[in-house]
Amino acid sequence: MTPAALTLDGITKTFDKRPAVDGVGFTLEAGERIALLGHNGAGKTTLFKMILGFLHPDAGDIRIFGAEPGSAAARNAIAYLPEAVAFHKSLTGEEVLRFYARLKSEDPVAAVKLLDRVGLGEAGRRRVGGYSKGMRQRLGLAQALIGSPRLVLLDEPTSGLDPISRQNFYEIIDEVAARGATVLLSSHALTEVEAKTDRILILSKGKLVANDTLLSLREAAGLPIRLKVQGAEDSADEIASRLGGERINCRSVELLCTPSDKVSQLAAITALGPLIADVDVSLPSLDDIYRHFSGETAKEG
Amino acid sequence: MFTRILTVAIQEFRIGLRNRWIMLAALILAAFSLALALLGSAPAGTLGVDRMTITIASLATLSVYLVPLIALLLAFDAVAGEIDRGTLLLVFSCPISRAEFLLGKALGHVCVLALALLFGYGVTAGLLIVSGTGTVAGLVDFARLIGSSVLLGFAFLAVGYTLSALTRQSSTAAALSIGVWLVLVVLYDLALLGALVADSSGTFAAKVFPFAILANPADAFRLFNLAALNASDLVGGMAGVGESLPFPPAAALGSIVAFAVLALSLAIVLVRRIAP
Repeated sequence: MTPAALTLDGITKTFDKRPAVDGVGFTLEAGERIALLGHNGAGKTTLFKMILGFLHPDAGDIRIFGAEPGSAAARNAIAYLPEAVAFHKSLTGEEVLRFYARLKSEDPVAAVKLLDRVGLGEAGRRRVGGYSKGMRQRLGLAQALIGSPRLVLLDEPTSGLDPISRQNFYEIIDEVAARGATVLLSSHALTEVEAKTDRILILSKGKLVANDTLLSLREAAGLPIRLKVQGAEDSADEIASRLGGERINCRSVELLCTPSDKVSQLAAITALGPLIADVDVSLPSLDDIYRHFSGETAKEG
Repeated sequence: MFTRILTVAIQEFRIGLRNRWIMLAALILAAFSLALALLGSAPAGTLGVDRMTITIASLATLSVYLVPLIALLLAFDAVAGEIDRGTLLLVFSCPISRAEFLLGKALGHVCVLALALLFGYGVTAGLLIVSGTGTVAGLVDFARLIGSSVLLGFAFLAVGYTLSALTRQSSTAAALSIGVWLVLVVLYDLALLGALVADSSGTFAAKVFPFAILANPADAFRLFNLAALNASDLVGGMAGVGESLPFPPAAALGSIVAFAVLALSLAIVLVRRIAP
């Protein structure tokens, strides 16, 4: 059996007696696209630095295709895009890519062609000092695609990208994953990664609080569906008394129901006939789901 | 391994060219050495010494001050600056060892320094040849001066890397570098001079002083060049030191190399401990 792309087992790292990462364990298989979510300071970057071998965990074990973090085998397998990536200002985009290709013992000519792939073909001969944040980020992505990395670590890769670049970005990630590489990307918002990943890990205060597909997370959260009923003039009290639910103002009432009760609730609402002016159904948003999971430990802690 | 060292070295050299570091260093060296050659030629006539020899002796003293300064200015940012800018994170995630990274930097910076010295002092040598006061033997002296200056620069580059890796902050590294320059290049000599004056028995002068000179690359450099010129009596500063030493002047070169290797090894150890 080939070893998993990345295995973390009971990883703990403490800074100044404050646990930054606390007993985190998960396994990533080849070709998976995984999102690592967490608010600022949840321990995402610390986790990445331990996977790269820059920091050593106080406890636990990390394996990259069976190799130790920081070993030559691990570094050859990993491509990394740091958060807020930086390059030397006086070098051009092409020079940066050739530099990293040589460090990775890959073909510099092929590396420069990656500029077109990330939409920087025109800017390749310009100095990085004049690039926008989004352009630097795309140059960083091109750098991470040099050669054929087997594990791609992207730390908040889409922050600072406009919606079109972001879409283009996820297309590239899909291609990379289709070639069999494992992609682990971090983000602070579930809305950003949405359906673009196979699995979602949520990190909160250093603890791993969720590790599943978005669908399963949605079910596990069991968040209620919100029905907002808008009635005719001054009808809120009557609607509230007949349906239950909470009165928001003199015309609107808000009801919460489980997914299985949704249809019967709607039937009850429509049965009220002329009293009802409008009904607004809102499913729990991605942010609600994220807050549900990351909030749980926040209360405990 | 060599590809990666060379890659870092070439990038460093390219940055040196592009941010005009090389040009600036070369212009400073050229300006000072031309000034010394043109203004300092007055005593040559009365002493009856080859004008080129006098110039080279003055340039050796100039090198003692300028080359360490230029080397430290090149080096203080090498590690700390990359940490500050966040570029080190990406480089260290690549399959390059910390030693390869630092050796590449050193190679690149040595080339920057060599080019600047070659241009800066070359202009002066060319001028002396053209004006008819130079000799072929003088050119050999010039080559030795430039070569040993590069070596001196290498030693101070290594010191700069050590400070840079130690502090991990550009501003602190810069301040410390200036401090080190002041101590090794200026105060060290004053302290030795003071000790010589205070020492009435002469044991310090005989037993400690020669080795104190060897221990400091700036003094070792001056000793080597003046001894090689056989001109120390004429240009002063270290009159007669070369003859009374318990070792050949070439040992001074060895001591500079040893100093540089030691400092570079220390820098590599420190860089290995950095978590970018």
